[in-house]
This record gives sequence, C-alpha cells and structure tokens, in this order.
Amino acid sequence: MQLSREELVGAYRRMAIIRQFEERLHEEIKTGEIAGFTHLYCGQEAAAVGVCDHLTTEDLIVSTHRGHGHCIAKGCDVKGMMKEIYGRRDGLCKGRGGSMHIADLSVGMLGANGIVGAGAPQAVGAAIAAKLDGKGRVAIAFSGDGACNQGTTFEAMNLAVVVKAPAIFVFENNHYSEHTGVDYAVGTNKDIASRAEAFGMKAWRANGCDYFDTYETMRDLLEYVRAGNGPAAIELDTERFYGHFEGDPQRYRAKGELDRLREERDCLKAFRARVGEAKLLDLQLLDDVDAEVAQLIEEATSEARAAPPPDPAHVAEDVYVDY
Amino acid sequence: MAVMNIREAINKTLMDEMERDSNIIVLGEDVVGGAGTAGGQEAIGGIWGTTPGLFAKFGADRVIDTPISESAIIGAAAGAALAGKRPVAELMFADFVGVSLDQLWNQMAKFRYMFGGKTTCPAVVRLIYGAGMNAAAQHSQSVYAMLTSMPGLKVVLPATPADAKGLLTEALRGDDPVMFFEHKALYGVKGEVPDGEHRQRFGEARMVREGGDVTVVTCGRMVGFGEKAADKLAAEGIGVDLIDLRTTSPLDEEAILDSVEATGRLVVVDESPPRCSLAADIAAIVASKAFTSLKAPPAMITGPHSPIPFARELERAWVPSPQKIEDAVRQLLAFR
Ligand SMILES: Cc1ncc(C[n+]2csc(CCOP(=O)(O)OP(=O)(O)O)c2C)c(N)n1
Repeated sequence: MQLSREELVGAYRRMAIIRQFEERLHEEIKTGEIAGFTHLYCGQEAAAVGVCDHLTTEDLIVSTHRGHGHCIAKGCDVKGMMKEIYGRRDGLCKGRGGSMHIADLSVGMLGANGIVGAGAPQAVGAAIAAKLDGKGRVAIAFSGDGACNQGTTFEAMNLAVVVKAPAIFVFENNHYSEHTGVDYAVGTNKDIASRAEAFGMKAWRANGCDYFDTYETMRDLLEYVRAGNGPAAIELDTERFYGHFEGDPQRYRAKGELDRLREERDCLKAFRARVGEAKLLDLQLLDDVDAEVAQLIEEATSEARAAPPPDPAHVAEDVYVDY
Repeated sequence: MAVMNIREAINKTLMDEMERDSNIIVLGEDVVGGAGTAGGQEAIGGIWGTTPGLFAKFGADRVIDTPISESAIIGAAAGAALAGKRPVAELMFADFVGVSLDQLWNQMAKFRYMFGGKTTCPAVVRLIYGAGMNAAAQHSQSVYAMLTSMPGLKVVLPATPADAKGLLTEALRGDDPVMFFEHKALYGVKGEVPDGEHRQRFGEARMVREGGDVTVVTCGRMVGFGEKAADKLAAEGIGVDLIDLRTTSPLDEEAILDSVEATGRLVVVDESPPRCSLAADIAAIVASKAFTSLKAPPAMITGPHSPIPFARELERAWVPSPQKIEDAVRQLLAFR
C-alpha cells in the first residue's frame, strides 16, 4: 500500500462527504421540503471512492438511481448537487433532473439513471469513444446486483468483449434490489463476477466495505484495462444502511440486521480502525476532517434551502439545441 | 355497495378473479416483495400496495416475484398467454415500457393477427403511470397514447374505484392483451364499488356531467381535473359535457361525436406532450367527422413538447390543470 498521508486523508474526506451528505438528506427529507424519490447510498462509500480515486476527470462514469455517492466521488460540486436535489434553479441540472438524474459532464460524470440497467450499454459506448481517442481513458458502469439481471447489462458485457472496449463493469452487490434478495434474484451461483467471466472478460472480487481492498483491487484491474486488454468487471460486496428509497420501512430485513451492519460493516469505521492500528494517521486529523465536512454540508443545505426555484416559464427549454 | 379506494378495488378484483379462475397468474418486480430476504416473503405486496395478500392465498406458483427484467416479464406474460394461462404482469412504472417494448409491440400485440386469428393472447399488463409525485422524466410519463397507437392492444384507464373493478374484471375475462393504466395519484380516490360481479364493457365512455355548452374529453387523472373545472364553470352558468373515456382502444367515438354535435365545442385534456397524442387523435377525429358542427377550433390541453421536469414549480407548470381547462372553455365560448 503506497498511499501517502495526503491521499489517505483525501479518501477519508470524500467518504465522509458522501456519508454526511446522505445522513443530512435522511433528516431533511422528513421536513417535506425535498420532492420526489431519493435513494441513499450511505454504507457504500468505500465502493464509489475506492473506484473513483483511481480516475481523472478525463475518465468517464455512468451511474444508477442511487447516484449521489458516485457523483461526489467523481468530483461533482456538492453544493450544486444539493441544490439539484432541492429542485433549485441553479442546481447542477437546473432543477429539472433531481436526485435520480444528476450529471456533470465537466468531471466525466455522464449521469445518474432512473432506469435500472440503462447505464451499462452507455458505458460501453463511452469506452468505445475513449478507445478511439487513444488517450488511455476508461469508462465505468456502476450497476447494482439487481441491474445485473437486465438484458441490457448482458448485451453490454458481450459488446464490450467483442469490441475490446476499455469498459469496466462495477457491480455493487448490496444484497437487495428494492425489497428482493440477491440470493433469489440472481439465479446462478449468486456470484455476479462469474457472469462477467462467462462473457469472456476478466473479473475481480473485493470487499466493498473496505476502502483498501476496493482500491487495491481496482488498481490491478485498471492496470489490466489501461494496458489494452479490453473490458473487465469487479463485484464489490457492500451494504446499504437506509431503505431502498427514503420512506421504505425495510420489512425485508432481519431483526437487528441494520444495527449489526452499522457495527461490523461500516466502511468509515473500518478505515479509521485500519489507519489507526497501522499508525498511518493521527485520528485527530480525521476528526478535523469530519468537522470541516460538517461545515460544508451545513452550508450546502442552507444555501440550497434559500436558493430560488426555477421559473415555470422555462419548463420546455433545453429539449433541443435548436428546433 | 362497499366504499373503497382504487388501490383496494384493484387488490380485491385480483383476489376475486384469481379465486374464480386458476389460470390467472400475477408476476412482476416485488409484487410479493421480500423474496430471498431474511425478513421473509410479503414484506411489501407490491410497491404500490396493490398486491398484498395474493401470495398468502395463492402461493409462489401463481404470484411470482421477478428479477429486474422487464423484457422477460412481458415476454413471459406473452408466452404464458399463448400457452393457455392468463398472466397479469406489472410494470411498476409505465415508463419501463421502454425496456419491454418489443415484447409488447412486435409480439403480444401482433400474435393473433399474424397467426391468422388462430390464437388469443389474454395477457393483462398493469402499468403505473402519470405525473404528480415529482418523480422526474423517467418515472412520470403517461404512455397510453403510444400504446393506443398499436393495433392489437386494448388500452384501459380507470378513473374511479367502480371502474377499476369493472374494467379489470373485463380485462381478466377477455381474450385480448390489455394495457391497464393505473395513475399513481389516483390510488387513494374513494368511491362506491358494486358488490358481486361487475364488468364494465370496453369502448363505452362515461358521461360524468351533462352541460350542453362545451364537450370536455378526459381520461385517467384528467377526469377529476375536468370535474373541478366543470364545477367552477357551472357556477358561471357554463355547462360542460364531461366525458371520461375509460378506454382509449377501443375508443367510444360515438359518445364524443354525439356530444360535440350538440355543443359545437371540444376541449381534449391529455396528460402527455401534444405531438401525436391522444388529444391530437381525438381533435382529428372530431375535425374530420363533425366539422360542420364545430363553432370553434378544437382545443388541446396537454403538457408542452418536453420531458417531464423534477422541481415542483416546473412539474406543476407541465401538467394540465383545472385552471387551464377552464381557460380553454372560456376561450372557446368567446371564439367567433
Ligand atoms: C427498468 C427499471 N425497472 C425497475 C425499476 C425500479 N427500481 C428502481 S431501483 C430498483 C432496484 C435496483 O436494484 P440494484 O440494481 O441492486 O441497485 P440498488 O438499489 O441495490 O442500489 C428497481 C427495481 C427501475 N427504476 N427501472
């Protein structure tokens, strides 16, 4: 592990931003000020950050309906995101997309997506573009365990292999698709990585609740893909701490399941334990990061609340470039 | 007559009909909920709460939680129907028609015709549709016009609990593929529902109000908006013929034309973008078949030609409203 102190603090900071952003949303949604559906990523921070920490803004990602974490990890403006989720005029997508449709092309974030399974083929297209450009860029599709059952995902994997595109399929297996368990819905040996292997690509597996395991495994994977070997896949074993959407009573969980996850599979706690035990960082430093992030989230929230709504007169703008 | 809401009417009808006909099966994502989880089965009963109790009564062979695979859901419904079953497939958001479109459009809709009339395809697809929840562009659409344009599919949009029962029963007893549209903002609407067997024939519109000055054609959630507008206008002495289409395929042309011939004025309210919409279709039918009765050009109340936006202010501006219906009616009356 060759991460510098600076890199370690940076990784923790990004995970902390996702965590606090989500925890804050969980509270704010109760006020009724935020409209629409919100799917929280909390619990999966190490996955997004462990993957995206290897990327530059030149690399591309496509995200899912649970996209806040991917956005933050890829470098989207946190205040712009918060405004978007509040449906404000100067939100990242002018209040027209909301939580499920955040995109920021300037940092290589090609969009969250309300259609499960829609992202993977788009990532293959982006990877084809990257390959043509010849600059060594890659394109990443984040998908859930549920999305791996869509035909689009199968078709995308096959196409990527056929054209040897630098596409990376990141399967975040949080064990649930809405209210259905992965053991039921994935009919093979419950192992998503082996599906990717069946399509003829190399696949890796990592503990998505462990930043270091995710980061290191991704390093190997990226080395392989950037070397021109075609697509690759990684299955990350991870957890979500909140319901499928905000308001989901989670009756499909076992008694005590969530408490146990918070205790045993919290990627932020695990990160702290690891850097503490290995004496890589003074934990006081991470406390300072937490405080600094809290300030950022507080500002983002109050600014979003106070921001002006969109003007209804602009409802049908931006449908075309010109018409 | 029992009073219940549309959600309950649908659940009860599914329950009764499955009891009556063992060929009916239900399938879709989380229609049971909780499959393969520690919390156990029937944690949900459908994300819209329309299917609870079915699993407990009919078991996993007839009430099937599927993976997230809309092509497979609709294709399986098509195949099961060809093989003698009566599947009820759920698309939890009508927008997901996009994922399953080939199975609906090139397969299910065309079997009977292509096979020389030698088969039926008695599948019901329940599609939850419509704006009003700030669910943004991929979870708010009203795609009934698109499916209405496909020969072979019947398209049904209940606006009351009684019609939810009557139309769903009819769908489950008939032998054609039926697209059964449930508006997500209507589930809580309460009303009286006839006890015992209740079937509502397709292609028979409901005259909600009779007024004689202007014909307002609606379906789904727009029926209630039309009622609000008609009440306001009645207070000003303006009489609205308010029509609830109930089904857009088949379409009760006669009800529309009869009314327009009497009023000479048409407003069509349609929760979708204007181009190639239901509003455009009905306006064209009236313009071509009742032209000489018209005292003013037909008015179309639709969204703008754009996707549906997320923010509250924008969605409100996008969706037709009672106010827009009122304004259109007044404009038609002022036309000369
Ligand atoms: C095509 C399509 N089908 C169904 C849905 C409804 N839906 C939204 S999220 C979701 C579950 C996705 O599960 P998974 O891919 O495991 O991602 P996770 O929610 O676990 O992050 C479903 C079924 C959808 N949005 N799009």
